[in-house]
Amino acid sequence: MAVESTRIKERFAGELLDAPADARQPHVSVKRGRIVELMRYLRDDPDMAYDCLTDVTAVDYLNRGLWERFAVVYNLYSFSRNERFRVKAFVPEDDPAIESVAALWPAASWAEREAFDMYGIRFTGHPDLRRILMPDDYPGHPLRKDYPLKGRGERARFPRYSPQED
Amino acid sequence: MGLESSFEDNVITTKLNELVNWARKGSLWPMPFGTACCAIEMMAALGPRFDMSRFGAEVIRFSPRQSDVMIVSGRIAIKMMPVLLKVWEQMPEPKWCLSMGACASCGGIFDTYTLVQGVDQFIPVDVYVPGCPPRPETLIDAILKLQERIDKEKLREKVHGR
Repeated sequence: MAVESTRIKERFAGELLDAPADARQPHVSVKRGRIVELMRYLRDDPDMAYDCLTDVTAVDYLNRGLWERFAVVYNLYSFSRNERFRVKAFVPEDDPAIESVAALWPAASWAEREAFDMYGIRFTGHPDLRRILMPDDYPGHPLRKDYPLKGRGERARFPRYSPQED
Repeated sequence: MGLESSFEDNVITTKLNELVNWARKGSLWPMPFGTACCAIEMMAALGPRFDMSRFGAEVIRFSPRQSDVMIVSGRIAIKMMPVLLKVWEQMPEPKWCLSMGACASCGGIFDTYTLVQGVDQFIPVDVYVPGCPPRPETLIDAILKLQERIDKEKLREKVHGR
């Protein structure tokens, strides 16, 4: 088991859901409650030193029988140690919200906006949580597994340009 | 000089319609609405190897006010369509539209929630260019087809809109 997983097990015992020992990419699955605390630990502890957040994204584990439906995935990289680590924080379907880590890594800001846009996960404490790819008034979250590929008629209903507006 | 010196002051008779159409078709100024890989082929068509300027259509204008043929080359998402409409409305008459490639013409392989299934739902398209993406020769062929079309236009009808 990766040293990161062991340490997280010690420090965040109640939060840990899973820490596979044989994964090629070391990662842990956690509850969402203390995510900012956990990420701050991974960033600031000298033994961890994960100073670079390469990506924040989300996964929809619909009908997969995992702890919750959604997982917010944090991919971390440490320049000084040349190590990568992944944290999956599980988020329930009925209240898809998790604390934002944009205060820890400014890079998280746009990545969290994308996860919000595509999966409808609210990042509380985010400085500017707007859609980033889809139009501002788009009704759905299209990367959810139960979202139809051809949409729900959004292709026919979108704001047109009319010369009178100018 | 050659031919010019063997004629003195002269008069030719023609139809105004034909003269104007001849001038219009030989000096098409495209507005490149390039959003995807089709735009790369469009650039190739404009470059020295294929050289669209041989057909009078090399003056790419990035201001819609100065252009008269819009080349829609690439995928148009529902977020981009209002922008395209705005640019189209800003182009002065007479204007034409060339829908380049499968995506602009019918959505192509992207039958998805976000992509407009053909720009002809919103603006009048004169020539469709098949291909994914079309080769530069195909685009040049489309320009020639557009020129044939312009040649048949009635001046009055074009001025007063469709």
